[in-house]
Amino acid sequence: MIEGATGPWEAVIGLEVHAQVVSKAKLFSGAATDFGAEPNSQVSLVDAAFPGMLPVINRFCVELAVKTGLGLEAEIRLESVFDRKNYFYPDLPPGYQISQYQQPVVGRGKLTLDMSDGTVREIGITRVHLEQDAGKSLHDQHPSLSYVDLNRAGIALMEIVSEPDLRSAEEAGLYLRKLRSILRYLGTCDGNMEEGSLRCDCNVSMRRPGEPYGTRCEIKNLNSVRYVMQAIEYEGRRQIEILEKGGAIEQQTRLFDVARGITRSMRSKEEAHDYRYFPDPDLLPLVLDPGWVARLRAELPELPDAKKARFVSQYGLSPDDAGVLVAEKETALFFERVATGRDPKAAAHWIMGDLFGALNRFGIGIEASPVSAEQLGALIDLIADGTLSSRLAKDVFAEMVATRAHPASIVEAKGLRQVTDQGEIAAAIDAVLAANSDKFAEYRAGRDKLYGFFVGQIMRATAGKANPALVNRLLKEKLAQ
Amino acid sequence: MSDPSLLALTLAEARDGLARKSFSARELTAAYNDAVSEIEPLNAYITPTPERALEMAGAADRRLAKGNALPLDGIPIAVKDLYCTKGVLTTAASHILDRFCPPYESTVTEKLWHSGAVMLGKTNLDEFAMGSSSTTSFYGPVESPWRRPGDNRPLVPGGSSGGSAAAVAARAAVAATGTDTGGSIRQPASYCGIVGLKPTYGRCSRWGVVAFASSLDHPGPMTRTVRDAAIMLHAMAGHDPRDSTSAPLPVPDFEAALTGDIRGLRVGIPKEYRAEGMSAEIEAIWQQGANWLQGAGADPVEISLPMTKYALPTYYIIAPAEASSNLARYDGVRFGLRVEGDSLDEMYELTRAAGFGPEVRRRILVGTYVLSAGYYDDYYLKAQRVRSLIARDFAAAFERVDCILAPTAPSAAFAIGENSDDPIAMYLNDVFTVPSSLAGLPAISVPAGLSRDGLPVGLQIIGRAFDEETVLRIAYVLESAAQFRQVPSFVAGDRR
Repeated sequence: MIEGATGPWEAVIGLEVHAQVVSKAKLFSGAATDFGAEPNSQVSLVDAAFPGMLPVINRFCVELAVKTGLGLEAEIRLESVFDRKNYFYPDLPPGYQISQYQQPVVGRGKLTLDMSDGTVREIGITRVHLEQDAGKSLHDQHPSLSYVDLNRAGIALMEIVSEPDLRSAEEAGLYLRKLRSILRYLGTCDGNMEEGSLRCDCNVSMRRPGEPYGTRCEIKNLNSVRYVMQAIEYEGRRQIEILEKGGAIEQQTRLFDVARGITRSMRSKEEAHDYRYFPDPDLLPLVLDPGWVARLRAELPELPDAKKARFVSQYGLSPDDAGVLVAEKETALFFERVATGRDPKAAAHWIMGDLFGALNRFGIGIEASPVSAEQLGALIDLIADGTLSSRLAKDVFAEMVATRAHPASIVEAKGLRQVTDQGEIAAAIDAVLAANSDKFAEYRAGRDKLYGFFVGQIMRATAGKANPALVNRLLKEKLAQ
Repeated sequence: MSDPSLLALTLAEARDGLARKSFSARELTAAYNDAVSEIEPLNAYITPTPERALEMAGAADRRLAKGNALPLDGIPIAVKDLYCTKGVLTTAASHILDRFCPPYESTVTEKLWHSGAVMLGKTNLDEFAMGSSSTTSFYGPVESPWRRPGDNRPLVPGGSSGGSAAAVAARAAVAATGTDTGGSIRQPASYCGIVGLKPTYGRCSRWGVVAFASSLDHPGPMTRTVRDAAIMLHAMAGHDPRDSTSAPLPVPDFEAALTGDIRGLRVGIPKEYRAEGMSAEIEAIWQQGANWLQGAGADPVEISLPMTKYALPTYYIIAPAEASSNLARYDGVRFGLRVEGDSLDEMYELTRAAGFGPEVRRRILVGTYVLSAGYYDDYYLKAQRVRSLIARDFAAAFERVDCILAPTAPSAAFAIGENSDDPIAMYLNDVFTVPSSLAGLPAISVPAGLSRDGLPVGLQIIGRAFDEETVLRIAYVLESAAQFRQVPSFVAGDRR
C-alpha cells in the first residue's frame, strides 16, 4: 500500500518475462546462439529471411518450454499453434516474428513467493509461450547509418506471463528472483540478466484498495531486478500524482531511463501496432505426445519449494535459512554435501556466515568458491572432535580462503591444535589469577563482570588454543574455591 | 546446326532415345538451346542458361556412356523463375528481387539435377505467381504459342506458370516446373494444350520456392504427356525435413500406375460446377470426357460439392492474407531492390512502391486488410472455416468416388489485354481450380479438345490426398481417348 496525499493506493502489477531458452541452436534454424560472437556471424538464410526459406521447429526448445511449464505447475497444452506477429523493422528480417498468440504451449500455472513476514503468496502464471527474438539495431556505429546485427534474430525465447497478482515493487522483485531460481533449477534458462537472457516488461496500474483495476502502463525491456523495482516505484508514484490531481492515466508503452531513474512514454495506445496475428502457414500445429510430457514430468528435478520443505524437515533448519540455501541450486547442492553426516545447522551456519561473507568480498558465486564442500566439512569435523574451538576454526577458515589449503594441513602447519590438557589449562588459570591478584580480590568482593576478563587473559596466555568449554569449567571451579 | 526433329519427342521418348544412344544429351540440349532462342518473341524465358545446360548435358553424356544413367539424365527442362537456383538470377518476375542470385538451390530443382535433368533456363510468370495470364511480370507479358485460326491477336498462355506452359507447348523445353497456388499449373496447361499436375500439398517440398501463399503453394510438373508428368513428379517429390509441411511419405512409382485399366473406378461429376457460369462448349467437352472414361469401363457418378460457390472468395482472402505477410521480407534492407529515402519508413515506401507491380500491391492491400484488427474474424477466420468445409465436401465425395472429373478453366485462352482492367473477371478463371487448391488435393489438367475458335481446352482429374497414382491412371486413359494431337501455330524447329 502506498500512502498518497488523499489516501492509500494499491499497485497492480503483472510481469511478462522473456527468458532465453538454453539451446545451442535457434528456435527455427540451425544457427548458433553463442553470446558475444562477431556481429552477423550466427545467421542462417532462414534467420535472414531469404526468399523460399522455411522455419523448422527445434525440438529441444519445445522440451525446455514444456519443462518450464511443468516447473511452474502449469497446464501443458498438447496442441499449440505458432502465429506470425507482423511488423516492419530492419532487425526483423521476415517482417514478422513467429510467436504463439492464442494457443500457447503452456497454460495456467503458479509460483509461490516467500514474503519477508514469513507468509507465502501464490502468484498466478497466465501462460508460457515460445517465440523468436529479433536482431539488434545499432545506431551508434556511424553518424548517419544504422547497422543491424542478426545474431540474436531467431533465438528461442519463452515469454512467461504472470497474472496481475503482484502488489508492490518488492513483490515484483521476489517474483523475478523466484522465477529465475526455478528456471535455473530446471536448466531451461541461465537467468543471466546482464547478457539479456532474462528481460522483463512490467504492467503497472494503481487503484484504491478494493476498487477495480485502473488503466495500466507497460514498461518495456528491463534487464535487472533492481531496475524492475525502481521502474515500478517510479511509475507508481507518477500515476498516483496524476490520479490525485484528478487526471486520468493514458494507456502507454513506456521506457525506463536507467540514468535518471524515471519512465518516459514510448508510444500511446493510438500509436500501437496492429500486428495482424495469424497462424504461420509454414508450420503445422505443435502436437505433443502425452507420454513424452509424462516422461519429462518424471525427470523433473527437485525444485526450490520442495527442497526448502525438505531442508526444514530433514535437516531441522529454520524456514528462513532453508529459503536462503535453496535460492540457488548450487548453494543447495553445496549445503547437502557439507551437511551429510554432520550437524546440518553447523553446515548452514558456516555457509551462510563465513562462506557467503568471503564470496561476497570476492564477488563470486558458490560454484567458484575457494573452499570446497569437502574442505568445509572437514573443518566442521575438526570442531566436532574438539581439535578446533569455534574461534580457532574462524582463523583456519580465513586461512582456507586465502590459501585454498585443507583445514587439517593448516592446523598442522600452524600448530593451531586446541589445548585440551586440563593440567596445562589449570596452570594457565593459576598464573593469570596470580598475576591479577587485585582483580581476583575484586571479583570475590562481588564484581562478577570480571569473569570475562579472566577468560580473555587465559585465552591470550594459551594463544587462543585453549578449549573454551574446559576453560569455563576449570575457571568456575577455581573461582568457587 | 542442331536437329529440330528432336524437339518433337516427349520426355519418355527422349529418355529412351538417350538410353539407346540414338542421340547424345548434348545434341538434345543444343536443339533445345536453339529452340529457346527461337521462341524469344513469346517472352517465355526470363533467363536462359544455355552454357550451364550444355555443361549439365556433358555430365549426363558421361554417365550415359558409363552405363550408370540417372532417371532424367540429359532431359532439358525449364524452371519457373519462382524456384531459387544457386548462382542463377531468380526474379519471381518482380522488380523487387532486382539482381537477386540465391546462394542456394531449391529442394525440387536440386532433386531434378540429382536425377540428371538439364536446366535450359528460368521461365517467366505473373509477378510472384499472382495472376492467371502471365501478363503481370516485370519482364513483360508471356505470349501463348497458340493463335485463334484467322486471328493474329496474341493470346495469354494462362498463368501464373505461363512461361513454363508456353515453353513446353512451343517445344522449347521437354518439360518444366510450375507452381500452383489457385490453378497456376493447371490453367496454363489447359490454355496451352499440355499436361499440368498439381500434386497433393506436402508431396513436393516448398523449400527454396519463393513463397506466395504458403498453405496453398504447390510445386509440380508441366509436360506434354501424362507419362512425362508421372516421370517428372517422381523426380520432384519426396519428404524434405527443411519444409515442415512436407509429407513424410515414400514416393510411389507413378509411371507404373499408368496401366490403362480404369474399369470399375467411380468418377465423380460435381453438379455445382455446372452452375458456375460454364459455357456450352466447355460443358460439351466435359460431357465428352465423362463419356470417354465410361467407355473405358469407369462409372460416372453425379456428386455434390455444395461449398463450391464459396471457394473463390475464400481463396481470395486466404491467399492475399498469407502473401501480405510473406512479401514483408522484401523491404530493401538485405537483398534485391532498394530505393533510398530520407528515413527508414520512406525507404520502405519508395522501395516497395517501385518494386511491386499493381496486382501484387492490390493483393498485399487486400491481405493486410483481412488480417487487420476488427476484420480478422469476419474475413480471415471465416475463410479458414469455409476452407475446412470445402475440404469436408471433398472428403465426403471421396467416400463415394475414386476421382472427380471437371473442366480446368471456364474458357479457352483470351487475348492479351482482355480482362486486364477487371481483376474480378481475371479471378474468375480460377473458379474450377481453387477448390482442390484449398483442399490440397492432387489434380491434373489434360488436353481434351479444342474450343470453337480452335484453342485447347483441358479437363482436370482431382483425386484423394496422396493418391496421385489414381489421378495419373485415369488421366492417362483420358489422354489416350482424347487423342489431342494439335500443335500451336508457333513451335520451335518448325521453320528450320
